[in-house]
Amino acid sequence: MTVTPSTPTPLDVGAGTVLTLQGISKRFGAVQALKNIELDVRAGEVLALVGDNGAGKSTLVKTIAGVYTADDGSMVFDGKPVRVGSPAEAQQLGIATVFQDLALCDNLDVVANLYLGRELHKNGALDEVEMERSSWELLRQLSAKIPSVRIPVASLSGGQRQTVAIARSLLGRPKVVMLDEPTAALGVAQTAEVLNLVERLRERGLAVILISHNMADVMAVADRVAVLRLGRNNGVFVVSETRTQDIIAAITGATDNAVSERAARRSKEEGPAS
Amino acid sequence: MSLQGSGTRPQDISTTAAPEENGAAQLPADLQDERLIAREGISGAVGAFTSRLRSGDLGSVPVVVGLVIIWAVFQIANSSFLSSRNLVNLTLQTTSVGVIALGIVLVLLLGEIDLSVGSVSGVAAAVVGVTFVNQGWPIVLSLVAAIALGVLIGLFYGLLYTRFGVPSFVITLAGLLGFLGLQLLVLGKDGTINLPYDSALVGFATRSFLSPAMAYALVALVVAAYALSRWQGRTARAAAGLSAAPNSVIAIKAAGLAIVLLIPVAVLNGDRGVSSMFLLFLALVVITDLAVRRTRWGRSVFAVGGNVEAARRAGINVRMIYLSVFAACTTFAAVGGILAAARLVAVGQASGGTDVNLNAIASAVIGGTSLFGGRGSAYSALLGALVITSISNGLALLSLDSNVRYIVTAGVLLIAVTIDSLSRRSRQAHGRA
Ligand SMILES: Nc1ncnc2c1ncn2[C@@H]1O[C@H](COP(=O)(O)OP(=O)(O)OP(=O)(O)O)[C@@H](O)[C@H]1O
Ligand SMILES: [Mg+2]
Repeated sequence: MTVTPSTPTPLDVGAGTVLTLQGISKRFGAVQALKNIELDVRAGEVLALVGDNGAGKSTLVKTIAGVYTADDGSMVFDGKPVRVGSPAEAQQLGIATVFQDLALCDNLDVVANLYLGRELHKNGALDEVEMERSSWELLRQLSAKIPSVRIPVASLSGGQRQTVAIARSLLGRPKVVMLDEPTAALGVAQTAEVLNLVERLRERGLAVILISHNMADVMAVADRVAVLRLGRNNGVFVVSETRTQDIIAAITGATDNAVSERAARRSKEEGPAS
Repeated sequence: MSLQGSGTRPQDISTTAAPEENGAAQLPADLQDERLIAREGISGAVGAFTSRLRSGDLGSVPVVVGLVIIWAVFQIANSSFLSSRNLVNLTLQTTSVGVIALGIVLVLLLGEIDLSVGSVSGVAAAVVGVTFVNQGWPIVLSLVAAIALGVLIGLFYGLLYTRFGVPSFVITLAGLLGFLGLQLLVLGKDGTINLPYDSALVGFATRSFLSPAMAYALVALVVAAYALSRWQGRTARAAAGLSAAPNSVIAIKAAGLAIVLLIPVAVLNGDRGVSSMFLLFLALVVITDLAVRRTRWGRSVFAVGGNVEAARRAGINVRMIYLSVFAACTTFAAVGGILAAARLVAVGQASGGTDVNLNAIASAVIGGTSLFGGRGSAYSALLGALVITSISNGLALLSLDSNVRYIVTAGVLLIAVTIDSLSRRSRQAHGRA
């Protein structure tokens, strides 16, 4: 079901698939943001999602996260067909997301934002002490440069806010972590730390979906790269067997024909069989 | 709603031990950043307070200053204003508007408004009057019916808001009219119903006061509970490796609380004492404050008020929050209306009239709860209601008419809203928006 323009590799066994998307489509008024998206996400694998501005990456992430509901198509999570109707349901399944627009509450402090929607309790009241302690623990693991966790998020810099959003996604013991341009506002050290983190998540057997415009980062950490172009699949590449130029070509559509021809041929070959 | 009970602690994602931990281990975890301006001990607490004020995080400071000025002016104009007798009257007059304002605080925290609290308080009072006096129901049943009506009205508002997205301003404007009509309908042609003077409800609102010994014992209990919870918090923080306020600061704060409570109690005991009804109001304020600051529900209310979309994406049941807050607001309004009727020993067509509505909303705003959502405190209902009632009480002592009262109250409200807007701007400039 995945369009893979390369011969099968050890990675390509289909085992350990946590999340499968089939024919996902989403329209915004006259704009067809997503059209027949097919994707499979495997445990212990980093899948990079790339594409030009407006290609539909964030829309796809939000659809998986339950922020939008797909007009069409289906989702299989852990072998069971699921309908994700709300962000709460996605979280319950074990899908954690760092949104491109971060989605933090400016009036709340860092601790409150980290634990929003899943606060720790003790004797019926919020356990502020434990939440603050583990916030520091988590933020230190991310090498976060945040002076105090008791200041409103509004007073943090863009990168600090991004670190908070990333830390947030790691709290709920997720199975799938989706990061929508997580390093866009980060400093050199913090970017490296996030990439390290992505690798650590993979080692722990989590599935990671990473959206980035930085091809060097993508090639450095991703196992496979799925390209979206104008809301459609435009190929899935195995990083170890692909040159950066080929992916860039798929993103920009310069060799549109070659890639889509192959894709179309393969899906036609596979289509009736499966 | 609850997602994972115990699974929300961070997973250990580090493979290497954080190197800086060894060097900075002696400092509490929250004080290791070298950019933090060190604030320790008593002077540190004072310094933190003043810098918060300067950045526009004013909290309840303006309303306390305003209250002192208002009291000083009235005391100069009429020396009986601060007499024990008048202050006891003031506590009785404050209660019903304060209880209603408590609901407004909750709605404002969401960034919404309820313009119908006056009418709802009136209709609840009318239900008590008709069922208890005319129909001869037991008083408890009457109260339950009136309060249940309050809950239902709020749920209805919440349903309209969450299902159809009608702005709360419009829903409650319709409620303002509609429930005034219902109130007149319930009262029927009688117009005014007098409550029996010897009933328990009227007795509670007009003649029930704490004995001096009981009032002092209660103050001691509250101060002890405060100090204990502070001390427990301090030990828990220290045990978790976080900075903790020194015992001296806790002692000073507890002593400050004792003084703040003892002086009014002593003054009130000079006359009839602390009213049971006022004590009920104070208890509701404390309970609401704890619910808002210390529970998951309260945290969700602030989150929705700050950024609805972020709250939704965090998995918060936003609908439930709106429903519960609208319902809490109209419930407080119903309780406030019943208390007002009990104090005035009558329910009439004017119960819960225009004054009540505006006074309750003005109280919440004057007390320091922001109109912009996500910022405020239950105590602003208490402080704001004291300001509003002091103005009408003081002007009445000077035998000035309601015309002057309206103008003065309007002026104070405008000042409060201006302070809110200015401090919001200042917070944005200082990164505390
Ligand atoms: N809420 C919305 N309402 C209407 N149209 C939308 C909405 N969100 C996205 N779109 C449209 O859907 C398309 C895909 O947008 P999307 O945000 O998914 O792009 P993206 O791949 O994340 O781009 P970028 O790299 O710039 O973040 C765009 O054409 C955009 O205009
Ligand atoms: Mg995007």
